[in-house]
Amino acid sequence: MTTQRQLVVVGNGMVGQRLVEAVRQRDPERRWRITVLGEEPRPAYDRVALTSYLTGTTEAELGLVPDGCYDGDSELVLGEAVTRIDRDARVVETSAGRVVPYDALVLATGSRPFVPPVPGADLDGCFVYRTIDDLDAIRDRAGHVASGVVIGGGLLGLEAANALLSLGLSASVVEFAPRLMPAQVDQGGGEVLRRKVEELGLAARLDTATERIAAVDGGLRMSFADGSSLDTGLVVFSAGIRPRDELARAAGLAVGERGGIVVDEACRTSDPSIWAIGECALAGGRVYGLVAPGYEMAEVVADRLLGGDAAFLEADMSTKLKLLGVDVASFGDAHAATADALEVVYADPVGGVYKKLVVTDDASRLLGGVLVGDASAYAALRTMVGQPLTDTPEKLLLAGPSTSDLGDDAQVCSCQNVSAGAIRSAIHDEGCADVASIKACTRAGTVCGSCVPLLKTLLTQSGVEANPALCEHFDVGRAELFDIVRVTGLRTFSEIIARHGRGRGCDICKPAIASILASLGSGHILDGEQAALQDTNDAFLANIQRNGTYSVVPRVPGGELTPEGLIAIGEVARDFGLYSKITGGQRIDLLGARVEQLPAIWKRLVDAGFESGHAYGKALRTVKSCVGSTWCRYGVQDSTSLAIMLELRYRGLRAPHKIKAGVSGCARECAEARSKDVGVIASENGWNLYVGGNGGFRPRHAELFASDLSDAELVRLVDRFLMFYVRTADRLQRTAAWIEALTEEHGDGLAYLHRVLVEDELGVCADLEAAMDRHAGSYTDEWAAVLDDEEKLSRFVSFVNAPEAPDPSIRFVTERGQIRPADGAPVVAGPTLEVVRR
Amino acid sequence: MTVLDVRAWTVVCRFDRLLPERGVAALVGGEQVAIFRTHDGALFALANRDPFSDAYVLSRGIVGSRGAVPTVASPMHKQVFSLVTGECLDEPGVAVPVYEVRVRDGDVEVAVP
Ligand code: SRM
Ligand SMILES: Cc1cc2nc3c(=O)[nH]c(=O)nc-3n(C[C@H](O)[C@H](O)[C@H](O)COP(=O)(O)OP(=O)(O)OC[C@H]3O[C@@H](n4cnc5c(N)ncnc54)[C@H](O)[C@@H]3O)c2cc1C
Ligand code: SF4
Ligand code: FES
Repeated sequence: MTTQRQLVVVGNGMVGQRLVEAVRQRDPERRWRITVLGEEPRPAYDRVALTSYLTGTTEAELGLVPDGCYDGDSELVLGEAVTRIDRDARVVETSAGRVVPYDALVLATGSRPFVPPVPGADLDGCFVYRTIDDLDAIRDRAGHVASGVVIGGGLLGLEAANALLSLGLSASVVEFAPRLMPAQVDQGGGEVLRRKVEELGLAARLDTATERIAAVDGGLRMSFADGSSLDTGLVVFSAGIRPRDELARAAGLAVGERGGIVVDEACRTSDPSIWAIGECALAGGRVYGLVAPGYEMAEVVADRLLGGDAAFLEADMSTKLKLLGVDVASFGDAHAATADALEVVYADPVGGVYKKLVVTDDASRLLGGVLVGDASAYAALRTMVGQPLTDTPEKLLLAGPSTSDLGDDAQVCSCQNVSAGAIRSAIHDEGCADVASIKACTRAGTVCGSCVPLLKTLLTQSGVEANPALCEHFDVGRAELFDIVRVTGLRTFSEIIARHGRGRGCDICKPAIASILASLGSGHILDGEQAALQDTNDAFLANIQRNGTYSVVPRVPGGELTPEGLIAIGEVARDFGLYSKITGGQRIDLLGARVEQLPAIWKRLVDAGFESGHAYGKALRTVKSCVGSTWCRYGVQDSTSLAIMLELRYRGLRAPHKIKAGVSGCARECAEARSKDVGVIASENGWNLYVGGNGGFRPRHAELFASDLSDAELVRLVDRFLMFYVRTADRLQRTAAWIEALTEEHGDGLAYLHRVLVEDELGVCADLEAAMDRHAGSYTDEWAAVLDDEEKLSRFVSFVNAPEAPDPSIRFVTERGQIRPADGAPVVAGPTLEVVRR
Repeated sequence: MTVLDVRAWTVVCRFDRLLPERGVAALVGGEQVAIFRTHDGALFALANRDPFSDAYVLSRGIVGSRGAVPTVASPMHKQVFSLVTGECLDEPGVAVPVYEVRVRDGDVEVAVP
């Protein structure tokens, strides 16, 4: 057996982490042992998505290190910087005094933000924008000040300024150049961009050099070269990056004149056992400030370490701004630097659109371009750089390219370097039938997301267009069916399937139509034909259990329960011999009821002032609450009362999937509201509304949708949100998945919802509110209604020919003093004794 | 020669008692039988036991069609059975017993061998 060699990686950033995964993938025999030394206190995270950390994405969600990535043959040491490389002894030393030997050393130290030497740049309140720690510090400061200024109007500067806006500050950008994003767009594009950015509420000062920053009463004063000044609460420097080459420099490795560790095609430095990748490397005379080239370098080094001969030649510098509401993209030779290049420009200053294509002098090949205001063609155009034009430049500019003739070599995802051919093969050979599975299979679309529209196009072209058909009986999806039913006024399944479907339905379309009819307020769910559409839980208004018995979960709005109520529930459980358990939703579950017992149980509950609740049904489940300001010494609002109000308003609302909500009385969040579809958290000034959370198989945190709402404003917004969800989501799609689907369709799902539900872009808000008012106004206790209806009651029997007889197949044993379903053959002796219950 | 009908028919309930496209369970000679009425008034009877979950619940499934075959989906884990043959259409090789069922003078009758 050969001995393992030792690979040491300095830096656990995006690229360093990618290297580890790439080596592991190519080295199943574990020829390399890997030690990663990272200076940041946390494992690698998605720096590209860093800004979303300020709008609710958690550290864990940003995390890039898969479970089990570091095992016996690899280790990750965090919070320790490498301070020295001893090339003769082939060891590195860390800030904690650790000495680690290496056979191969990879520097993946990234870059640091450049802070221009302006006096006062080190004052309290001056920040850079690179790490989670930076953002924590900015957020802290933002809580105490009203405004912020970003120095630098490049891609990152604009992103940072937008982040300040999202923190509730008024924000401006100061740029030295005469236009924004000078590295990417030209003067014409810059002008359109400035207007767009100002529409977002960002002030832009161009042609402005900052001379000095001084501390003034409670803030900072910036003085500019033209003699003017600006007072602000905080300053963020975003004036470019500098490669972190200090270790390499001190170790005597070759570095570039303007920084960067010099590497060759193999990404090897001037010392053959040391490599450099990512933003710290100077490859082909260039430092790449983007993640995609870094990933490529990581793959090259992984290949070389295992005996391959991969080479890093040059990389695409295309960029797209991830700013809310502004489309800006540049790709290829955006500045027409190629000799004799021609520029074809389309500018519509009124409409706020500027597009430019750069082509060869004979207009035969595309070289690059700039898109501002409408970057919809970005993903497709980018793949065509260097290729022969498929149409005249004017047509390409106006209509965008058609992607049908996208060659297999065309790079579709530049972040992960995935070609059209690889995606086609994922579709045909791996059976990927939607964007999510293509992402999982190829990694395309998982970094900046700008190639996702192209992934969809490729899917469609391969004939596996996401088929909206509900099932073999309907060709349309749930949302469309909802509209059909709403608009045509058809209210029976027979009519709907006769006119818009075929056959007699199934366990997919019947409950879906039952839910649509119920959402539209069509009487009791067991009335007339509706009875035949319901899943067994809805048909018996309780949850079926594995032995054919049912559970009853009395509704306990907000989780608030009187002693009398508790006793009453206890008595019901005792008298009917039910198993009882506290649920995860602040209620009490009573299990083991036979069909014929259900009405009698409901009767007792109704008499005690309860109704049974929905633990079944695609409907509102519970609104969880904490004790709030009424009792809690930290509470700032009465969360319990609000939770009760919300539960009573939305109870019974039938939806594409279940809906859960929570209300917490302060930011400590004891009600776990952010794990709910609708989460409400008290602020000093009212309520903050979060949407789209869930637990379950794929937990997601709800994201902030609106802040500081009054009770009335909150209810109206939740009305709109829920009713829009009810109308447009797919079957069995919870709110988080629905918002993700909206993102695929409209760019940013949450921003889209904001436009529809807050700004009323579609003019539907009044209708949504009215529909919810109708729901709340017509709510009836569906369990009590059965008790008043002889015909419905008669269905609650185990046997139609022996209404009194219990089902003999149902057997229980006792465990810890309560019943539970018996498994297999009856137990006749031992610690558990079988009891057949009457 | 006359062939005697030796099957024992048991009256279960009135036909009107059955909702279109729903089932009921009946206890016939110690067997649990699930009886379904489809939209066109036809009747079908299967064993009530769901072979996948071992629970006696098929009568509470959703009645529908697959292609031209009338079906019921188990309420437990949604496997679909043909009402005509008792075969599971999702899991070849699995089937539930089928019983004869008829209407006489408005009464639903089932024959259990
Ligand atoms: C009873 C309870 C477990 C308990 O003993 O605590 C429970 C029991 C069931 N859960 Fe749950 N869930 C219960 C709380 C939860 C929670 C916690 C919560 O609500 O705070 C979660 C995670 C939060 C969430 O939903 O996002 C949860 C995530 C699920 C999921 C996964 C949902 C998802 O989006 O991934 C399912 C499956 C589904 O609905 O498709 C599920 C489905 C079920 C069903 C309905 C499955 C079924 O159809 O038989 C279970 C039957 C309940 C019954 O018979 O009464 N249950 N379930 C809890 C009832 C709470 C209540 O009072 O309503
Ligand atoms: C807000 C923001 C938005 C961005 N948006 C985009 C985008 O849309 N598209 C895009 O392509 N790129 C984007 N980038 C750039 C992208 O994040 C970087 O290109 C990428 O992170 C580079 O990866 P890296 O591993 O080289 O460096 P990093 O991710 O910076 O990782 C380097 C790591 O090494 C550590 N380190 C440094 N020195 C030492 C030492 N001596 N010892 C131990 N550890 C050390 C650092 O602490 C750091 O954790 C963005 C960057 C930011 C900050
Ligand atoms: S969320 Fe706040 S108010 Fe509610 S119980 Fe927790 S600490 Fe108290
Ligand atoms: S191009 Fe960035 S994720 Fe595909």
